[in-house]
Amino acid sequence: MLRLTAGRVGSLVARRAAVALTTSSARMASHGHEVSEAVDMSKPMYWDRREIPLPDKRYKDILTPADKSLKEKEKGPWGQLSNEEKLALYRLSFCQTYPEMNQSSSEWKTVVAGVLYCIGLTGLVIIWQTAYVSPPAPRTFDAEWQAKQVKRMLDMRVSPIEGFAAQWDYEKGQWK
Amino acid sequence: MSLQKPLMRGLLAKRLRFHVPIAFALSMLAAVGWKYGVTEPRKKAYAEFYKHYDATKEFTSMREAGVFESVRPTGK
Repeated sequence: MLRLTAGRVGSLVARRAAVALTTSSARMASHGHEVSEAVDMSKPMYWDRREIPLPDKRYKDILTPADKSLKEKEKGPWGQLSNEEKLALYRLSFCQTYPEMNQSSSEWKTVVAGVLYCIGLTGLVIIWQTAYVSPPAPRTFDAEWQAKQVKRMLDMRVSPIEGFAAQWDYEKGQWK
Repeated sequence: MSLQKPLMRGLLAKRLRFHVPIAFALSMLAAVGWKYGVTEPRKKAYAEFYKHYDATKEFTSMREAGVFESVRPTGK
């Protein structure tokens, strides 16, 4: 989208100014400090991903004369390429090998630490809330009410086979 | 620098040949464990409970405790 607007402006202004505008469009968007070029996502891109073994384009776009001569040599029989040349050709086409791509990092430790830290902070907030924000508990939470509730549940024989009232000894009047 | 050609085909079949018997065995273990750990004890508990269950006695004690709305405790 940035390129489009810069292109429209470029058609009104001189060619040289248009080029300057396209290169600085990213800078304009980022308030004047230096950032990298905005990537054109409409063109084929290179990705180091496990599920893309052959990305849409080669890794290195700009080839030095040495690279270009190597590419010319690649057009001939490959047996004539030395191992270093084969590796150089590989690195022209790809940035990372699969083992390099798949190597694990210690990022998970930071993530776990961050998560636990946030949970801890939340815990402190909740403690403060229960002290200063929440209203008093309803009367059903009183010990007396709870005792009456348990007695009524036992009288009603709640889950008498495997559950609540099954744990009460009705003859002795105590928990089993 | 000549590597062995990697496996190109039959990758899913290979994985299934390894994992499906294990999955089957674990499922069977879970089922048998559930049957003899949960359902059989439960059936026994119910059988024991109802072997010496006196419905009238239970009803009377519940009525005296005052949990019913259709019948009041005797003497009221």
